[in-house]
Amino acid sequence: MPEIRNYTMNFGPQHPAAHGVLRLVLELDGEVIQRADPHIGLLHRATEKLAESKPYNQSIGYMDRLDYVSMMSNEHAYVLAIEKMLGVEVPLRAQYIRVMFDEITRILNHLLWLGTHGLDIGAMTMFLYCFREREDLMDIYEAVSGARLHATYYRPGGVYRDLPDRMSQYEPSKWHDQKAVDRMNENRQGSLLDFIWDFTERFPAHVDEYETLLTDNRIWKQRTVDIGIVSPERARNLGFTGPMLRASGIEWDLRKKQPYEVYDRLDFDIPVGTHGDNYDRYLVRIEEFRQSNRIIRQCVEWLRNNHGAVMVEDHKIVPPKRESMKHDMEALIHHFKLFTEGFCVPQGQAYAAVEHPKGEFGIYLVSDGANKPYRLKIRAPGFAHLSAMDEMSNGHMLADVVAIIGTLDIVFGEIDR
Amino acid sequence: MNNIERLQALQTRITEVAGSAIQSTEIEFGELTIDLTDDSLHDVCRKLLSGENFAFDTLIDVCAVDYLHYRQEAGEKWDKPRFAVVYHLLSTSRNQRLRVRVFVEESSPVVDSVIDIWSSANWFEREAFDLFGILFKGHPDLRRILTDYGFVGHPFRKDFPLSGHVEMCYDEEKGRVIYQPVSIEPRVLVPRVIREEGYGA
Repeated sequence: MPEIRNYTMNFGPQHPAAHGVLRLVLELDGEVIQRADPHIGLLHRATEKLAESKPYNQSIGYMDRLDYVSMMSNEHAYVLAIEKMLGVEVPLRAQYIRVMFDEITRILNHLLWLGTHGLDIGAMTMFLYCFREREDLMDIYEAVSGARLHATYYRPGGVYRDLPDRMSQYEPSKWHDQKAVDRMNENRQGSLLDFIWDFTERFPAHVDEYETLLTDNRIWKQRTVDIGIVSPERARNLGFTGPMLRASGIEWDLRKKQPYEVYDRLDFDIPVGTHGDNYDRYLVRIEEFRQSNRIIRQCVEWLRNNHGAVMVEDHKIVPPKRESMKHDMEALIHHFKLFTEGFCVPQGQAYAAVEHPKGEFGIYLVSDGANKPYRLKIRAPGFAHLSAMDEMSNGHMLADVVAIIGTLDIVFGEIDR
Repeated sequence: MNNIERLQALQTRITEVAGSAIQSTEIEFGELTIDLTDDSLHDVCRKLLSGENFAFDTLIDVCAVDYLHYRQEAGEKWDKPRFAVVYHLLSTSRNQRLRVRVFVEESSPVVDSVIDIWSSANWFEREAFDLFGILFKGHPDLRRILTDYGFVGHPFRKDFPLSGHVEMCYDEEKGRVIYQPVSIEPRVLVPRVIREEGYGA
């Protein structure tokens, strides 16, 4: 009898299905996984330590770069933690804008997840469809902040500026003539809110398209049904949050259970799975598309009818308008102090969490009363999810590892920080 | 009952159950923190998970804090042990949060692992070990997690410079990647200041 030995295989870090820089050391018995040991940290940038050396406002940009597919949600947790310690009440319009952009971000994130997860397990078309819709959403990001990805739009005390009245338009070029450009600009004639409204009109039909391609697809179901089952008890014990926890049958959503901003005024439902496998996680996220769309529509309606400030007036925290700086001595002093020193946050510790598209994204802030955080800890949902990789993939085939990585919805920016 | 009253009720219940294990409790910014002695952590955590009135079924986060320079700019000195390990607990069934903090001495930075109570502690404890050098007794696989293979030191300690000790580059002559002492000078763009309350008002 020849000796039978387990086979150890290296997966990644440069593998297209590793979603970034995941290195997995897999111990295989034939084609069955005995042990999966993820090696992370290849994208570690010490964000938390960098934040300790900068005034509070200068770290907002770092938050975008954590989970770089759901930028504004990261910012949201960070500014919430600061506002909690400063005791700032954000104007209502800013709260609606934040909620609207959180949900736009959720759609952005889930679109990328669906596209790449589909691509990983053999559905090429999904990738192209999803990126088509992402384009519109990133234009919305750009219209409001000037950047398509790393927005730095949320600030302690509100949002950086109000929504623009005019949507940017395409111009003719050697690739697109006037006629093509007119067609592309059709839904860009009005304000940003009109453009978002137009998107929400179209989007449910697109979700139906995705479902036509995947939900009853035999290949899709063979790759996802009964793969990576997590029981509700295990899901809680493993620290799962967000869609990962809900797919295991636990109705837990911070937007409903511990509402922040204006979520308690909005009407939406929480999808919950029953089985806790890859397919249920897919169904939960698909339903979240529709629910987010509902929330965005309610926010647009409110924002159309209600105007007002989007930032608090307290110039100890928020810089005054640039024009007033030119003729008002007080404003000039405030401006100078805020940009050379920043604001001091009262001594103490606070934890603020948001329902991030991936789960609970939390910021634990320790302040000693200085103008910089004393310690900033980022609680990334993907970190807890990936640590369950070993348990989820144990006993599955090698090809299922890719399906499980896909369903975890991991992004290395937040896991490695 | 509003949030604060619920937290006060929880505070009393924990004080009844844990008794002498508690050093102090505090409600701040609508959050409850309990400071435990390091030898009682494991027992209390088990009660927090299984106790009917607690049911803290999810360990949201574990992290370490280095208090070495805490309020240094205000001219104050930190009189408690240098490190703290902070646990954020969540009860999904009772919809409540709790923060547990344990102080550990610099000379023996050891606490009991809670991995047998909450599996999610696994990587969080590895991270605290990697970045702060806190040792978790009973952890089955306490390896570095975020830093490079063969990294020396614990980078998130306050006495570890932001720019690090070594830098990496490709050596043309040797034909491989080498480590060498850092060539960049640390610089402070905005100094750290602590202003008194109501400064400039």
